[in-house]
Amino acid sequence: MSHSINELLQDKEKKFDAKELAALAAYFRMCMFDVLHQRGTGHWGGAASCAELTTSLYFNRLNIDVKNPKWEDRDRFILSKGHASINLYTILANRGFFPVEQLPTFRMLGSDLQGHPCMTKLDSVDMSTGALGHGISVGLGMALAAKISGKKYWTYVLTGEGCLDEGQSWEALMMAAKYKPRGLILMVDHNKVQLDGSESEIMPLLSLKDKLSSFGWHVNHEAYDGNNCNDILKSFGWMDSDDVWPKAVIYDTVKGKGVSFTENKNIWHGAVITDDAYEKGIVELKEDLAKKEAVL
Amino acid sequence: MSLTMRDAFGGKLLELGATHPELVVLDADVSSSTKSVMFGKKYPDRFFNCGVAEGNMVGVAAGLATCGYHPVVNAFAIFLALKGTDQLRNDVCYNKLPVVIAGAYGGLSDSFDGASHQSIIDIAIMRALPNMQVIVPADATQAEQSLEYALTQDGPVYIRLNRNSMPDLPVETNFSKREVILCHEGSDITIVANGITASFATEAAKLLSREGIMAEVLSVPFVKPLDVEGLVKSVKKSGRILCVEEHTLMGGFSSAVCEAFMSRGVHCMYDAIGIDDTFTETGEYISLLAEYGISTKNIVSHAKALCK
Repeated sequence: MSHSINELLQDKEKKFDAKELAALAAYFRMCMFDVLHQRGTGHWGGAASCAELTTSLYFNRLNIDVKNPKWEDRDRFILSKGHASINLYTILANRGFFPVEQLPTFRMLGSDLQGHPCMTKLDSVDMSTGALGHGISVGLGMALAAKISGKKYWTYVLTGEGCLDEGQSWEALMMAAKYKPRGLILMVDHNKVQLDGSESEIMPLLSLKDKLSSFGWHVNHEAYDGNNCNDILKSFGWMDSDDVWPKAVIYDTVKGKGVSFTENKNIWHGAVITDDAYEKGIVELKEDLAKKEAVL
Repeated sequence: MSLTMRDAFGGKLLELGATHPELVVLDADVSSSTKSVMFGKKYPDRFFNCGVAEGNMVGVAAGLATCGYHPVVNAFAIFLALKGTDQLRNDVCYNKLPVVIAGAYGGLSDSFDGASHQSIIDIAIMRALPNMQVIVPADATQAEQSLEYALTQDGPVYIRLNRNSMPDLPVETNFSKREVILCHEGSDITIVANGITASFATEAAKLLSREGIMAEVLSVPFVKPLDVEGLVKSVKKSGRILCVEEHTLMGGFSSAVCEAFMSRGVHCMYDAIGIDDTFTETGEYISLLAEYGISTKNIVSHAKALCK
């Protein structure tokens, strides 16, 4: 870990600014690449595309207590695209929920870091995920619980396109618009690449914004780059700007972001990071981190 | 004939709403059929009609359960079993969340609606889910007891409910022990009856006794966990077991009994009455049950054959 990242992580409780978040995300992305290479299993593409999103949530936004992960007033986060588990684990460990030394046990027999996030193994995981399309329903349940109990926490659900291919997502979107629970936020990591090919080849979502709006959701008008922390912070501002619910934010992102030869390539959804790929990729990720540290 | 299970269950939900603030109820646009509507009218803030979307309903229930609530999801059993199983497995059972799954119109009880609505594979599906308990009540009282029991559990419980007015069993028991319930004493054959078949089996035992065959009848509402000791105790006396269930003979109650007996080395004469590997048809309920062998007459016939 470099000096500046080490310094940043000294005070994990502070609200990090966009430059700091960008540096952290670059560092976390490097950690993810490292563990996936070491373990020879896991999903790089979709974990890389949402590195800035999860970093910004956990280091700027979520009202959580590391010492009390099951605090009943905490904000909830559901990684509906559970295959990006290495992303969530990297963030949770660095946020202080469990030792970073545990990360290399990812997907090992006996590890708490299951292939997809498991809430009974890690108390910092709010919901086990893996089967796509479940997150919005579960998040809606959590938001309804806040509604009937009068609690103020918010519930954030992060999906990819894959989740939105599932019919269940649209059942949940309809029901959420019926009950309009305060604090329910859908964040779409729209990287436009699926496992088998591009979104346009596999299952075009076409005008996703219009679809969500017509389902009764309050959707962002401004375009946000989900790999740009300035944009992400702007989107958080938009979330706070009114009291219309439920809210959805679509972020344009790049699958496999940060390593040029993995960007926008569906093969990197879940391909093993070979020694050769690692040697080339890690150079780019280190350069990116250095650039972001330089402007801190 | 007594109160239907759905009326009893709906009434009990309404009653428990007053004493259980953690109780929330969800339905999939069939609340006037499942009778959860009664709870919904009294406690609108804790009732969610999710529309015809069972999968989403189960997921929403899982989310509520992570936040301290004890949801009861209501829909037709077959649709919960088929359309809600992904969410039951991955959201509810994997995380051992306290959710009660109330499968209405179980077995052939939605008789006139035909094969699409008849639920004869639900027990096989539910019992294959780790952490899931499976209860098939025999009558209205057991349906109420099932709900009371389920709300004391910290994990999921599937309760299969019948649509129609069926006979009450003459016996009651302490449900919390999850034991088999003795309905008729005997030592020539053990008839183990799951769900509403217990009343047919009890009638059959009376007829058999006139012919000198003393049958022991056990009502077995708990398919999972199964009270194997209770079954073995009776079979040790009789050496014969006849399983009866309103379900396909593959993977359901009889299968559970066989698995338990084989793995424990319990040897006995065996037969089972249930539905063959087939799609069922439309018809009046009692006639339909009889068509597939679930009748007092057929139980008598199988018991006699087993005792020869």
